[in-house]
Amino acid sequence: MPVLEGKELRIVAFLCNWCSYGGADTAGVARATQPTDLRIIRVPCSGRIDPLFVLRALLNGADGVLISGCHPNDCHYSAGNFYARRRLEVLKQFLPILGIDDRRFEYTWVSASEGQRWQQVVTSFTQRIHELGPAPRLEDAEPLLEMADMALKPLRPLGTGQKAPLDELKACIKSKIKDLDVVIGWQQGYDAAHTVPLFMRTEEDVDRLVWGPFNVNNPATYVNEMIGKAVPLDKVKKIGVVVKGCDSRSIVEMLQEKLIDKDNIVLFALPCEGTFDMARIDRELGRYSKIDKVEYDEAGVTITADGTPHRFCITDYAQGKCYNCSMPLAKDADDIFGTAPEITGTPSTPPELAMLDAMTLEQRFSFWKGEMDRCLRCYACRNACPLCVCKDYCIAETREPHFISQEWNVREKIYFQYIHAMHLAGRCTLCGECQRACPVGIPILALRQQLVRIIGQLFDYKSGMDSTATPPLLCYKVEETNIKQREL
Amino acid sequence: MSTYRFAKSSDLPALLAFFAKENRVLVPVVKQAVKPSVVFAPWKEGMDFTLDKPTVPAKEAVLPPSETLVTYEKTRNPEEPDKFLLHLDDTPEATPTVVFGCRACDARGYATLDRPFLNGLYKDPYYAARRNSLTVVTLTCNSGCNTCFCHWVGGGPSSPEGSDILMTELGDGYVLQAVSEKGKAVLEASPLADGQDREKEVMETRKAAWATLSKKPDLSFAPDRVLARFTDTDFWKKETERCLSCGACTYFCPSCYCFNITDEGSGMGKPGRRIRSWDNCMSSLFTREASGHNPRAAKAERMRQRVTHKFATYPENWGAFSCMGCGRCISNCPARIDIRQIVLDAIALGEKE
Repeated sequence: MPVLEGKELRIVAFLCNWCSYGGADTAGVARATQPTDLRIIRVPCSGRIDPLFVLRALLNGADGVLISGCHPNDCHYSAGNFYARRRLEVLKQFLPILGIDDRRFEYTWVSASEGQRWQQVVTSFTQRIHELGPAPRLEDAEPLLEMADMALKPLRPLGTGQKAPLDELKACIKSKIKDLDVVIGWQQGYDAAHTVPLFMRTEEDVDRLVWGPFNVNNPATYVNEMIGKAVPLDKVKKIGVVVKGCDSRSIVEMLQEKLIDKDNIVLFALPCEGTFDMARIDRELGRYSKIDKVEYDEAGVTITADGTPHRFCITDYAQGKCYNCSMPLAKDADDIFGTAPEITGTPSTPPELAMLDAMTLEQRFSFWKGEMDRCLRCYACRNACPLCVCKDYCIAETREPHFISQEWNVREKIYFQYIHAMHLAGRCTLCGECQRACPVGIPILALRQQLVRIIGQLFDYKSGMDSTATPPLLCYKVEETNIKQREL
Repeated sequence: MSTYRFAKSSDLPALLAFFAKENRVLVPVVKQAVKPSVVFAPWKEGMDFTLDKPTVPAKEAVLPPSETLVTYEKTRNPEEPDKFLLHLDDTPEATPTVVFGCRACDARGYATLDRPFLNGLYKDPYYAARRNSLTVVTLTCNSGCNTCFCHWVGGGPSSPEGSDILMTELGDGYVLQAVSEKGKAVLEASPLADGQDREKEVMETRKAAWATLSKKPDLSFAPDRVLARFTDTDFWKKETERCLSCGACTYFCPSCYCFNITDEGSGMGKPGRRIRSWDNCMSSLFTREASGHNPRAAKAERMRQRVTHKFATYPENWGAFSCMGCGRCISNCPARIDIRQIVLDAIALGEKE
């Protein structure tokens, strides 16, 4: 090993067949001296590389991962590397939130004739990894538990929505229900402090519709199973959905991705004044036998459980997403009642993300180990996600391809979160259902928040806002505005 | 006459240390988060623990989420190099374990799992090894809660079924009562003071707990009525419309025991493992056949399976409900599906007919 001193590290390289693999070959034929840490995997195109390959390698103990493809404009398949560039840049910026040093991953372009450049790329990347040393192992990390600070300021006054024109909405739904197979909304659950999704088919059903801060579920979660493109044509229905602003974004995103057809869906909207973080409400209520009553006022509710009143002010107990909400009233809905409040100020960093931002890489790595340890792999996070549309065929459970094993360790559990997050890159609208659904309260939303932030910065894009926009990872620009090529 | 021992709160760590001498001790610990949860973890000296109701049941003590059934390794036969030798190791792993601070519903879960795993035609050696080396110390509940209904399904806040020791909280500490031979031996060897004189107080506390429970409906017709709904697709569709088809209800259930078996590794070069891991009937993959056909393609059919198994077919086989009434499937459900309501609706519909 003439180039570098010391022990070999494990570096995985994915090279495209047409350019970089040829480049490596040219370097070999020219007998260019290279470090031997690299293990090359040949792929047809850099566009073939799923970011999950990289994450799997890093999680399984690779000290570095290098990707090299054809130079932009030189792709054998004309645009594969343009798509790859977007995906890989998102991945690179995503790594630090997981506690992985982003210097351990790099992507570059080497053509088949550039034997010398290949030699230089390998040498400098290997040198960089040697400077970083062996990658930290999940097994060695000390678990860390940390709690996000939920004290936040809303961009608009929050309330309990009791003045919303619910009766007008009900009348409207009643007038349309004959033409719709079902309308999804909310009704009271097993007590007055919990609601559950309501599926309205008759006028009596419509009378059970409720509106208020307990309407936490995102009804968009049920849309794909009713009118998704995978549903046999004769079973496709025409449905209505009552939406909060955030819920409508999930549906718009589905329209953007052509998962559903606008002809099959009617949206009814009321202005949302915020929803409760049921986790914090339930924590405050503790163990009780019975909810005696729930009283509403403009600023919050008073829940009396077993004779003891508990006061919950919406400004203190709203879901994290509600504070940053800038679209309380769905703008693309077919029937809109009420008016949207004025939005003042700019959104702050979401609380879970702010907590991770304040940590070092090492702490984040430990944090995910500590948090994911209690995951039971029930996949409530996945199934509650309105945009997880292939849940019955999820790669988390298939044997072919065999992405995850059934072994019980943090690595497998956390890898599923990587999968879910990467599959939502550029799609997630931060509805927060994954985190809300988690029975053991793992703050998994932070990973999605980071992706949304990256996508916003790189592509100046917000998902679920415009049903005609193309999601950023499904398109490319020949000259990317915000992606700066790094030299190796 | 039962053996009683008394422990002040401050005596509990010493009691755990006594258990830990020869056992792995699983205790409930709080995982602090915006949404805190209580999970079981192996106790270590000085570790904080809680006696709040655990978010997850202590099922893992007998049925781990994932366990190795067999390790296998193929090596070349030195005498006939074109042939392989196969080495198999299927010794059950069982660490003597004490589960401390589970609730009566969790303990009854063990009794429910025992029937199919130990009393059936085939005895499961892996389960048996762990069950035989398990000691269950149950904390009786002093009150009911909004989602639990143990008394509907044959249990109660201080049901001794499945437990070795019942522990009841009094004003000044805890009284531990042996309810099995194993529990008696453990208590007698323990460093705790005698608590025989507190028996009356214990019984009164337990009685008071019953008074806090919700009104109990008559479930004696449940097996017939639930089974009668089996072909009523509309009923199940209506009841499960909001189901997300995740596995939270089954993974948080003290008595769900379906599993999957997968092989990891080819066994060439390094040992491969045959793994048994939790599986759940809510997943589409659970019943999907190799051909692609799925006899339970819709979520309604999958939920029907779960409810029917708990309230009709398990009782038919083993004479008791396999729902413990712990309410975890209700409180942990992202869509708050209420299994109580499904059963009551089935009964009500049966009555109408």
